[in-house]
Amino acid sequence: MQIEIIISGFGGQGALFAGQILAYAAMDSGRHVTWIPSYGPEMRGGTAHCTVVIADDEIGSPLVRYPAAVIAMNQPSLDKYEPLVASGGVLVVNASLTTRRPERSDLRRVAIPANAVAEELGNVRLANIVLTGALLAATGALPVEAVEQALAAHLPERHRHLLGANSQALRRGAALAAAVTA
Amino acid sequence: MTTMPSIAGPVQDEIVYARPAALTETVTHYCPGCTHGIAHKLVAEVIDELEIRAQTIGVAPVGCAVFAYNYFNVDFAEAAHGRAPAMATGLKRVLPDRIVFTYQGDGDLASIGLAEIMHAAGRGENLTVVFINNAIYGMTGGQMAPTTLPGQKTSSSPCGRDVETMGMPLRMAELLAAQPGAAYVVRRSLHNPKEINRAKKAIRTAFRVQQAGLGFALVELLSSCPTNWGIAPLDALKWIESHMLPYYPLGDYKLAEGVERL
Amino acid sequence: MAKKLLKGNEAIAEAAVRAGLQAYFGYPITPQTELLEYLARRMPDLQRTFLQAESEVAAINMVYGAACTGQRVMTSSSSPGISLMMEGLSYIAGSEVPCVLVDVMRGGPGLGNIAPAQGDYHQIVKGGGHGDFRMIVLAPATVQEAVDLTGLAFDLADKYLMVSVVLLDGSLGQMMEPAELPPLRDPARPEPEWALTGARGRAKRVVTSIHLVPEDEEVFNQKLQAKYAAIKAAEVRYHEYQTDDADLIVVGFGTAGRVAQTAVKQARALGLKVGLHRPLTLFPFPEQRLADLAQRARAFLVVEMNAGQMVEDVRLAVNGRAPVKFYGRMGGVVPLPDEVLEQIKQLAETVGHTPHHSPVSCLPLDGAIA
Repeated sequence: MQIEIIISGFGGQGALFAGQILAYAAMDSGRHVTWIPSYGPEMRGGTAHCTVVIADDEIGSPLVRYPAAVIAMNQPSLDKYEPLVASGGVLVVNASLTTRRPERSDLRRVAIPANAVAEELGNVRLANIVLTGALLAATGALPVEAVEQALAAHLPERHRHLLGANSQALRRGAALAAAVTA
Repeated sequence: MTTMPSIAGPVQDEIVYARPAALTETVTHYCPGCTHGIAHKLVAEVIDELEIRAQTIGVAPVGCAVFAYNYFNVDFAEAAHGRAPAMATGLKRVLPDRIVFTYQGDGDLASIGLAEIMHAAGRGENLTVVFINNAIYGMTGGQMAPTTLPGQKTSSSPCGRDVETMGMPLRMAELLAAQPGAAYVVRRSLHNPKEINRAKKAIRTAFRVQQAGLGFALVELLSSCPTNWGIAPLDALKWIESHMLPYYPLGDYKLAEGVERL
Repeated sequence: MAKKLLKGNEAIAEAAVRAGLQAYFGYPITPQTELLEYLARRMPDLQRTFLQAESEVAAINMVYGAACTGQRVMTSSSSPGISLMMEGLSYIAGSEVPCVLVDVMRGGPGLGNIAPAQGDYHQIVKGGGHGDFRMIVLAPATVQEAVDLTGLAFDLADKYLMVSVVLLDGSLGQMMEPAELPPLRDPARPEPEWALTGARGRAKRVVTSIHLVPEDEEVFNQKLQAKYAAIKAAEVRYHEYQTDDADLIVVGFGTAGRVAQTAVKQARALGLKVGLHRPLTLFPFPEQRLADLAQRARAFLVVEMNAGQMVEDVRLAVNGRAPVKFYGRMGGVVPLPDEVLEQIKQLAETVGHTPHHSPVSCLPLDGAIA
């Protein structure tokens, strides 16, 4: 089994961190994993995205053209990646920052107002984790518990106080994805 | 019978002069009248007097002194053109208890190696630099150096250095002394015995500065190049006095705190 | 030891520390800067030398100086910075002192960009500096290989008294992947008999690259060539995937080779007998192994992130026994598996109509098949 995930958003939305936490969870679960970021000038205020490949066997290419799953955290990401998701794949969209619904009918489409949900949970910066939870529920890439454990094990010291909120965001996203299929 | 006046002979031989142990017995390749030989001897005498021969590592330049490592009886590395201060930095950083010095000419230090010497001074790198300024490129056969004087004829400035197109010569001692990391920067000359004695004292201080860990130390030595200047050796020494001294005043350009106590 | 999720650049830095790195000199340049930043924190903690040089020119010459003491030293940079280091690398080769260089390649020529590329193959593998010199060149494709080959680079540099290069592209430098680090080795090493440490109780030593008499320089060059021949005989390393029964061999190093492996896997699923050869050593190049593969393979496809550099060495090794096709992306573009798969399919179709080892190949030797 192999799944390729692209997480894309504005710089500062936590796209790279969401990918890293998936990578930690995959590693801690004994899976093969690669995490590769966009890097360079676009990091300064532009779009940021990363590709995460999780597999049972040795991973060849850490990059793919047609990912099995995408989290589009904003409108430009939706426009860029909707055409690229592999047929039958998963497209998770942040409905808070997009002006249209995803259109492709050959995908599992999950639109979640992640910023609004995160604000309800008390911190808008948890939107990336809400979307990650949705991705987990929609793809089955990893158990939610594995990502919770990864957060507990690898969340930087300065963010440890947010561990509970992160868990909540993850579970809330997963629950919404299970209920909401756009 | 007359008695021959007796001449009082020495009771035993007294050595009043010897080649410094820090110099090998190799015959140098320097031209007749060149002051590199004097500069080498002064450095070697200082190394002997400070008893640091076995802990000293020299870095040779590209230029006439490229074979300095054949003449000094200390460990030596040969640097790329202008890079001696960087190479010496590498040596000194991993062996901070050794004495590391570079021996560089004006093309090497003031032209192609300007960045390396400036930043070594800027970092206050604990090195000793012996800088030979003879206002010309020697090894490549007498081309214009950054220190060539206005109007001075060289093979690449055949009508004399034109300051309209080539600017004025760089004054390295003044330039380097302006850097806060520089502990000891002086200019001396090798054109007569009095100045040679002063030069030796300065070289000694420059090594003492390194021993004391005070930072970057450089002695600029005004030197002659009879061959490439195209004049006789004695005239070359006079030329230093008449032409170089006015543009390159001798003196102490930087004496950081603690240097005078050495 | 458990695996850790490590970024390529930082993994190399820590692997170097554990291999006994005593001094690092470097200059910031994207996309290798994390390596320098990591060592800026790590080396002082261990009372080892870290120094940010004023330029790549100075950095490599600081490395040259420190290497003269016989201690383990390293610098790292990216393509434009490596160009600046070529002078120093030639001097180090000519002086036979050991050191490690890490080149995290980016798009060029000129200032180019900071995206991943493999355009430094010629300047690193062929020795971009002056004179007949070589550097050992190790090309990791995974973070684990980056760790392992960094340790090997130090060992080979010491063994052969020369520059060892770890050559990777920017994407591997930035990539995170689980990898296991080796234990911290004791950096204390016996003083080599050539090291400059001060002539205490022994004759003075000189490290130089000058041999003014041409005949002497020729003798020195013969010694270097003999050393390089010994390295070619003993140090070739490569990774292969499904080559045993392969009709088509895809060759790529680093990230390009890794991407190609996915394409090879996909091609196998389509029933194509394809294999991957991924050199881990670019010097010494696995020329004998490629010659052996050419005995049975009907065609080769070389994939690189440049305009076609390693392909020249593949062609020399294959020596006309089979057509060698090239597919490259340039300017910082990483080829993706679907592109490589398409190339494999086209090649399979073409050689499918060609008798094995036909003396007259209908396949053009270069570029895309019309």
